[in-house]
Amino acid sequence: MTGRNRENYNKNYIDYVNSFSPPTKHFKNCLHAFGVGGLICMLGQFFRFFLENVFSLSGDELAAGTSILLIFLGTLLTGLGVYDRIGRHAGAGSIVPITGFANSVCSPAMEFKTEGLVYGLAAKMFVVAGPIIVYGVLAGTLVGLIYLFL
Amino acid sequence: MNTIFFHHQPRLVATGSIAGPKESEGIVGNFADKTLKDDTFGESTYEKAECKMLTFAVRKAIENAGLTERDIDLFVSGDLLNQIISASFTARDFDFPFLGVYSACSTMSESFALAGAMIDAGYFKRIVAATGSHFSSAERQYRYPLELGCTRPPQAQWTVTGAGGAVIAAKETTSSPIALTSATFGRVVDYGITDVNNMGAAMAPAASDTVVKHLQDTGKKASDYDLIVTGDLGALGSRLMKDLTWEKGVDIQNNHVDCGEIVYNVIEDEFQGGSGAGCSALVFNSYIVEKMRRGELNRVLFVATGALLSTVSSGQGESIPCIAHAVSFERV
Amino acid sequence: MFAEYFSLILEFVKAFAVGGLICAIAQVVINFTDLTAGKILVTFMLIGVVLQGLGLYQPLVDFAGAGATVPISGFGYLLANGAIRGAERGFFGAVTGALSSASAGVSAAVIFSFLMAMLFRSKSKKS
Repeated sequence: MTGRNRENYNKNYIDYVNSFSPPTKHFKNCLHAFGVGGLICMLGQFFRFFLENVFSLSGDELAAGTSILLIFLGTLLTGLGVYDRIGRHAGAGSIVPITGFANSVCSPAMEFKTEGLVYGLAAKMFVVAGPIIVYGVLAGTLVGLIYLFL
Repeated sequence: MNTIFFHHQPRLVATGSIAGPKESEGIVGNFADKTLKDDTFGESTYEKAECKMLTFAVRKAIENAGLTERDIDLFVSGDLLNQIISASFTARDFDFPFLGVYSACSTMSESFALAGAMIDAGYFKRIVAATGSHFSSAERQYRYPLELGCTRPPQAQWTVTGAGGAVIAAKETTSSPIALTSATFGRVVDYGITDVNNMGAAMAPAASDTVVKHLQDTGKKASDYDLIVTGDLGALGSRLMKDLTWEKGVDIQNNHVDCGEIVYNVIEDEFQGGSGAGCSALVFNSYIVEKMRRGELNRVLFVATGALLSTVSSGQGESIPCIAHAVSFERV
Repeated sequence: MFAEYFSLILEFVKAFAVGGLICAIAQVVINFTDLTAGKILVTFMLIGVVLQGLGLYQPLVDFAGAGATVPISGFGYLLANGAIRGAERGFFGAVTGALSSASAGVSAAVIFSFLMAMLFRSKSKKS
C-alpha cells in the first residue's frame, strides 16, 4: 500500500464491484466440462481398445500408444485452430485431458514461431506446460525416493 | 487545477480510421475509412499488421485533411505493445518528428491533449495524433497464445483491432468547425482491483475522477456536454462510472456513452465490450467526429481511460493503477 | 457374445463417466477460485502423483481405464508409478523412473508440436 492516491483504496469498492459482476454459470459450465472431458476419455478408451486388439499392444506400450495418439490429435486440432474454440465452451473439459496438455505445448510454439525457431518456437514451447514437467519431475522423484527409503 | 484551457482553440481538421473484421460488423463499420476483411492486413505477423494499420490511419488523416506529409510538423502517438513499437515503427515511414507517448488505452486522449497544448502555445502548426491496437498482438503480450484453449471469464473485454488518428491544426490554417477547448490531465487512481480481466472496474474510478475534476475546473455542468465519451470501460465499467460520479454529485446518466460498449454489435459474445488503445481511437475518430461534423453533436468530452499495468506487475500481485485524460471538443 | 459387447460398452461408459467427472471437478475449482489453466493442470497432476504415491489411483485406473489415465491426473499417476517401480531398482531408478515413464507423452508433445508449428500459424479468434 504505497503511493499517495492509494488513500482512495477502498475495500468497499471491491465488494461493490463484485456485486455487479456477471454470475458464473456453474451448472452449464460443469455440464460442458463433463461432456467434453468424458468424450475425450472415451476416445482414449477407444484408442486403447483399438491398439490392444489390432496391434496387440499391452501394458506400458498400450498406455504410451494411447497417449501418443491423443497428443497427436490435440496438436492437430490446435494447428487447425479448432482446439481453442472447443476450449471456449468446454472449459476444464478440454484443459484437463492429455489433449489439453498437448494444446498448451503446441499453441505457444505456433504463436512464437515468428520470433525464430530457437528463441521463439523452441524456447517458448513450454511457457504454459513447463510447470507440469517441473513439478511432475519434482513430485515424482520425491515419491521415488520415499519408496526407496521405506 | 488539472485543466488547461486552449485560448486559441486549435482545430481537429480531419481523421483517418481503419477497423478490423470484427469491428467492421459493428457501428464503426459504416464510418471507418477502411474496413479489413483479413486482420493480418497482408502482413506476416500481427505486430506488423498493427503497425500497418496505424500507418494507414496516419496517411488517411493527412490525406483527408487535404495536406501532404510535408505540412505536418509533429507526430504524437503510442500503443500497447512493449516499447511502443507500432508507433515508433510507423514514425519510421515519415519525415516529420515523432513524440512517443504511453498511457495504455488512454493514449488517444493524451495525444490529443499534448497536440492541442503545443499548437495552442504556437510551437507547431499541424500535428498528427494517432494510435491503434490489435487483438492478436495484445493477446499474446498480455494473456495467452491465441490457440490455447482457455475460457474467458464473463467480465473480460475484447481488444479492438483498429487504428485511428486525427490532424490537429492551428485555427488560422483551417476552416474546420471542431475545436479543442480544454484538456484535463488525470491523476493515477487505484482502488485496489487486482483482477486483470476486470479492467472496466479498475478504470471506472479514474474516469469518474477526471470527469468530476474537469467539471469543477471548467465550472461546467455535465449537461453542458452533449456526450461524455469514455474509452473502454465496457458495459460493467460504464455502469460503475455512472454510479461513482453520481456519488460525487455529478449526473451523467443521460449523456454518457462508452466506446467499448458500442463498438461491437453483439455484446454477449464479447462479454463486456471492446478495450485497447484502438477502441477509443477508432470509435472517436470515425463515428463521434462524423457526428460532430454533421452537427448532431456540438460539445463532446472525450475521456479515454487506461490501465497502467504490465504482465510483470500483475504477476507480482500488484493492483491495477489507472488513468484517464479528458479533452473537450466543441463546434464553434 | 452379448455379455462381451455389454462389458465392452460398460468400459466405454465407465471411461466417459470417470473422465467427465474429473473434468467437472476441475471446472468447479476454476469457477470458485479463478485458477488459470496452467495452475489447474499442475494441481491435478500433483493430485495424481500424491494419490498414486499413496496407492489410491491404481484402483481407479483398473476401474475406469482411459477415464483415469487420459486426464492430467493420469500423467501424475504415470510419473509416480514410474518412480515407484524405479525405486525397486535402486537410487538411480528412483530418480530417473518418473520422467522415463512419461517420456512417451513428453516426446510426443514436443515432436508433434514442432511439426504443427512448422505447418500452421496462429489464427486470430473470430469470437
